[in-house]
Amino acid sequence: MTETITARFINKEAWSKYIDSLKFAFYCLTHPLDGFWDLTHEKRGTIAAANTILIATLIVRIMKLRYTSFIFITVYWEELNIFLYLASILFPLALWVIGNWALTTLFDGKGRLKQVYMASCYALLPYPVIQLPIMLLSNVVTVDEREFYSVISALSLVYCGLLIIAAMGQIHEFSGGKNILFTIASLFAMLVMVFILMLFFSMVTEGVSYIVSLVREMLFRM
Amino acid sequence: MKRAGLILAGAVASLSLLALCSDTAQAAMHEHGYTYRYDYWEDVQDSPDVFSVTESYTSADLMLELKMKNPQGLYAHENHLYICDTGNNRIIELIRDDAKHFSVSRIIDSFTGGSGVNTLSAPTDIAISEDGNVFIADQGNARILKLDENLECIMEYGKPEDSALDEGVVFQPYKIAVDTAERVYCVARGINKGLCKYEADGSFSGFVGALPATYNLWDYLWKKVASQEQLSKMTSFVPTEYDNLYMDYEGFIYAVTGNVKEEDLKSGQVTAVRKLNLIGNDILVRNGDYDNYGDLYMGDGGGHQGPSLFSDVTVFDNDTYVCLDRNRGRAFGYDDQGRLMFAFGGNGNEDGCFNWAIGIDHIGNDLYILDQQTATLTSFSLTEFGQLVFRAIEEFDNGNYNASGETWEEVMKLNGNYDLAYIGIGRSLLRQKKYREAMDYFEIKYDDENYSKAFKQYRKEWVEGHIVWIVVFLLALFLIPMAIGRFYKIRHDIETADIFIVNR
Repeated sequence: MTETITARFINKEAWSKYIDSLKFAFYCLTHPLDGFWDLTHEKRGTIAAANTILIATLIVRIMKLRYTSFIFITVYWEELNIFLYLASILFPLALWVIGNWALTTLFDGKGRLKQVYMASCYALLPYPVIQLPIMLLSNVVTVDEREFYSVISALSLVYCGLLIIAAMGQIHEFSGGKNILFTIASLFAMLVMVFILMLFFSMVTEGVSYIVSLVREMLFRM
Repeated sequence: MKRAGLILAGAVASLSLLALCSDTAQAAMHEHGYTYRYDYWEDVQDSPDVFSVTESYTSADLMLELKMKNPQGLYAHENHLYICDTGNNRIIELIRDDAKHFSVSRIIDSFTGGSGVNTLSAPTDIAISEDGNVFIADQGNARILKLDENLECIMEYGKPEDSALDEGVVFQPYKIAVDTAERVYCVARGINKGLCKYEADGSFSGFVGALPATYNLWDYLWKKVASQEQLSKMTSFVPTEYDNLYMDYEGFIYAVTGNVKEEDLKSGQVTAVRKLNLIGNDILVRNGDYDNYGDLYMGDGGGHQGPSLFSDVTVFDNDTYVCLDRNRGRAFGYDDQGRLMFAFGGNGNEDGCFNWAIGIDHIGNDLYILDQQTATLTSFSLTEFGQLVFRAIEEFDNGNYNASGETWEEVMKLNGNYDLAYIGIGRSLLRQKKYREAMDYFEIKYDDENYSKAFKQYRKEWVEGHIVWIVVFLLALFLIPMAIGRFYKIRHDIETADIFIVNR
């Protein structure tokens, strides 16, 4: 086992494949339709690169808290939970990937779960690419120039959103209209999943407290 | 004998222990310290006292034969303090003998001349003009009186003659202020069009500074679709009334209102305190982290809930002002930039707490607060900390930026948690053109406006100082890739040049 891992680490071919697939993400940035088609159909993307982009996104999101000028972001450190903060990206992403796959697989979607995840992560690239420079930029602006920051910051999110929609269309081989329809349907699927999760958790808490009180009652009677 | 002494000693010891216990009990009564302020995060930060109680005066302390009943107005003029003893239809004029002692100099309950009754009925406020004329809001008689120094009636002001006012409404002048030209501004009960303004000749000249009517979107939409019958049952959107006013040394009127709702304050629809100029526009500076409406925490506590309800305001000569909250019996001091300097007080019967705080005024830097329910006057004076804060603000206003910065340093030694000290030092450094240091102070307390001012200058200086390097860097940024490209192109040209291809 360890041999295979070390073998993979020094495997030059695997490395160059990884680097290529990472570079390919930048191609997808500028040529979304063509790029995301090739991502799965030409096998230009790798899960490793997708993971890298996701981790970069998470790191930039945390770095933003500390290194953005206080003019834009003030953090109440006492109440910050870094895991909850990361979940603000990871949780919607997971819901999106599962929800989108679950729906599209029923309606001729060609993308597999792995591919949906990969394409979604590739589509997150604008976030680290745009947020990192403007994070540095935020430290050299005054309140009068605040708008620059907020507009560019909002643009990065819009860009991500557009890329995700384009990516889904390409990997599932959907037409434009069908793609939009399934994007909206996936959002609803996310809502339904949140609802079911909440239901599930409240059921579990109820169940546990029921058993706890039952055992207490028995102990009390004995 | 020996035994008796032992018992006596024991009794003394237990008594002193009891006294000690009650002392700690009193200190523990406040949830926080007596004085506090809110920081950037709207968290309560305890602070050393800015004002501390020097004395409290009941009717007996002032040697009044008739006990004060339901007093509703407090007014200070030079060395005199006037208490409107509303329940006894009189006004008590006190003279300050020294910092701690007052004596009654006269009791105003009637005057000479005038057309109607010449006694007062439920007077609620008094004001003295520069010429020494006395103005009294004689609420029970529905008039404002203008008397001369010897209480000889000069003029009476009646209900404003305005077509917008209902005929049946009885004029109830509640609070008055007089400017240097003897124009009278009056807050009247039941009139919500702003302050009634009377010219020096006694004629009514209009309303100034009306507060806007407040409504929410839902009510507004509902009214659009409601029928006439439904409309008549609904409350109409009416502007809120003022509760009190104060004429500052520059002739601006500070007006407060206690008719406020939590949501209106938080959405900024209503401002609890306003500074009105001559034409009634609000010109109060609001540079604080939050608006000037007293307590930010509005939850239930000690049986009191909701926002601070301001009943009075007083303005010091350094443009700092103190608003009085009758809800929780607290005083809120704001500086000339609208930042909260201090908040102190509470509900209760101990010194420095109030049951129904109704009036506040000052002589010099001493503060006086009147409690309507207990009919007690409490005097406060600046502590060492308070004196430093006031001095720092005054020095800055006078242009002694160096000195102001040093005084703020002193303040910081007494309270390292005092946001205003950091911002004060920053502002003084900014004026001394020490931009880099100023930026640090502003950043600590999240003052983005001032930080940007300092940073803008610092950035300008930096660019000017490093202009050569910036040009070199920019040139390098363009020239080096160009040179590299050129190099590769030439190499490519040479490699593919016709003359080197031998076997064509």
